[in-house]
Amino acid sequence: MNVHLYEKIWMWASGLLIVAFLATITVGVAGSALQPPSHVETIDPTSVWNDPRFAKRGVSVDEHGRATVVVIAMMFAFQPAEVHVPANRPVTFRVTSADVTHGFEIVGTNGNTMVVPGYVSQFTTTFRTPGEYLIVCNEYCGLSHHLMSAKLVVEAQP
Amino acid sequence: MTRSDRLSLAHFWVAILAFGAASAMAFMQALSRASLDLPWRSAKMYYLSVTAHGVLMALVFTTFFIMAFGYVVVSRTLDQEPSGMKLAWAGFWIALAGTVMAAATVLAGRATVLYTFYPPLQAHPAFYIGLTLVIVGSWCWGAVMLLSYRSWRAKHRDQPAPLAMHGMMATVIVWFIATIGVAAEVLLQLIPWSLGWTATVDPVLARMLFWYFGHPLVYFWLLPAYVIWYTVLPRVAGGKLFSDPLARLVFVLFILFSTPVGFHHQFMDPGVSAGWKLLHTFLTFAILFPSFITAFTVTASLEVAGRMQGATGLVDWIGKLPWREPLFSSVALSMILFAVGGIGGAINASFGMNAVVHNTAFIQGHFHLTVGSAVALTFMGASYWLLPRLSGRELELGLLARVQPYLWFIGMMLFSFSNHITGLMGMPRRIYDASYGGSTIAAAWKGLTGVSAVGGLFLFASAGFFMLVMIGTGLAGKRTAVQPIEWAEPLHPVAAQRTWLDRYWVWTAVAIVLVLIAYAYPLWIHLQMPRYGSPGFKPF
Repeated sequence: MNVHLYEKIWMWASGLLIVAFLATITVGVAGSALQPPSHVETIDPTSVWNDPRFAKRGVSVDEHGRATVVVIAMMFAFQPAEVHVPANRPVTFRVTSADVTHGFEIVGTNGNTMVVPGYVSQFTTTFRTPGEYLIVCNEYCGLSHHLMSAKLVVEAQP
Repeated sequence: MTRSDRLSLAHFWVAILAFGAASAMAFMQALSRASLDLPWRSAKMYYLSVTAHGVLMALVFTTFFIMAFGYVVVSRTLDQEPSGMKLAWAGFWIALAGTVMAAATVLAGRATVLYTFYPPLQAHPAFYIGLTLVIVGSWCWGAVMLLSYRSWRAKHRDQPAPLAMHGMMATVIVWFIATIGVAAEVLLQLIPWSLGWTATVDPVLARMLFWYFGHPLVYFWLLPAYVIWYTVLPRVAGGKLFSDPLARLVFVLFILFSTPVGFHHQFMDPGVSAGWKLLHTFLTFAILFPSFITAFTVTASLEVAGRMQGATGLVDWIGKLPWREPLFSSVALSMILFAVGGIGGAINASFGMNAVVHNTAFIQGHFHLTVGSAVALTFMGASYWLLPRLSGRELELGLLARVQPYLWFIGMMLFSFSNHITGLMGMPRRIYDASYGGSTIAAAWKGLTGVSAVGGLFLFASAGFFMLVMIGTGLAGKRTAVQPIEWAEPLHPVAAQRTWLDRYWVWTAVAIVLVLIAYAYPLWIHLQMPRYGSPGFKPF
């Protein structure tokens, strides 16, 4: 196969660029444990309201100051509709769906996960900036999809 | 008109009419984005139009156009009629019946599930059956393409396949491997469930099967566009193809890497562990490589064209190119947009970074540069070139054809760039209204959604010009002698002997091994897990 010199240079450069991209990702994974929400846990979607894991919804804080937020997504609301969490502390979100597939996105942050019925979505993050955040459903779930939102308040700690 | 051209034209017209209908649907979305209080504006109409736009553009326009183009490549590069004309026509009628069935169900408001149709949103069974028929029709086409190649190969043992046919063989192989996933999803899960034979489905399994299909679907659209870039564009530009063997290598790499990448659409999904997502990330980046080669070879071919017209400076060859020729300007502009879209794709595929853009307006901004420009604008440009050659009619309304690609380019810049930015600001995609009860955070998106709507109006005007030229040419174009289709010649003569790049069975086998590595084990683990199905919902 006859390959022109410029093509060879270009192909090596392209290959190196791809390797650089992948190295960046690998550093993120290995160094900062950066990974998408990939929790594997199943739940019966027809009985989420009675399931002990989701019977008590809202925020709970353990003795180390770590918060857990338990949320059920449904057409066309999040339950609870408003949550308050501490700033600069790890916050774990646990979300499941009572009906169709939803999204759970905290606007202006990288807090984002699909919420699929039959599965529990979970991710942990830390909010540095106190203030009011908007949570939206970002997966089409029916005719009132665009109304499905909630409020997150990040509170400064004394 | 030959029997083969009649077959191509039948497919071509279905594609064009589907494009026209889908554009009208997009127009309604643009007006909705502008928040204009029009009498027919409602959430029901909006989500219905998003579904119809997606199905008609992504599944019907593309598939029928590619089928038409495949038959053109067979008849005009192999110099033979497609093998199995009856099967080819059967495929056409099956796919057309499926299209009518699915489109009618959507327009009746019984299948507002978007083109990704994720369960447990449940459409009327006619929607799933209609889509199945479209795929079955495309399988008939794929079989005719393979049979045609086999009969040509029997008579030309040692010759390399013509480059355009090589590209279409890659397209067919990718399509056969990819459609296994969606066929399994629709036949085993969705149709029995929508008919009430089974009570529940597992939505994550459905998403795995859908995206097994959904990403190679992108290359099914893109490879015929690449065939046009490699084998038509250099000649129209007045030059030659810079490298024939690298073009062949590109298509082989797409056979290998198109499918084992689907989890990069499911980064945010629960129920799929992070290790498999990371493996698919690595494979996804591998597929950037053939597109990088394409960027070089096609640009170098255009430079050759400019220099053959007498350019001598560093960049003056760009000005020597035929920018008033609609096929040329369409493809050249689509490549510029695709360069931006490709970089956006690398961002989407970046494992951790995906969380910032997943399901935001960034995504629709991205794929309107790829499928909506690289593919759709190339196909529109190719239509100006193809229709006169197939129908023996001169192109009508040539001025509109000349302006149309530029309108598309401007519209797409406005639409896509504003959506990329609102996406980074967190605005979700596919929402009827972006006000969120007067939220101040959502209010920040407002000016840019207006820009996006203006982009939509430019795109609609462009699509309207295109439809006028097509229909005008089809009905009233002056009849001429049928012109031959001439393919680009390579700068250096092609090897007289076929090489390892033509060994399609070998490449298909390697591709299947890669698919098994990427999918067999995660699917098996998934099926072992205790899972709970979901009943269907129809919130539309």
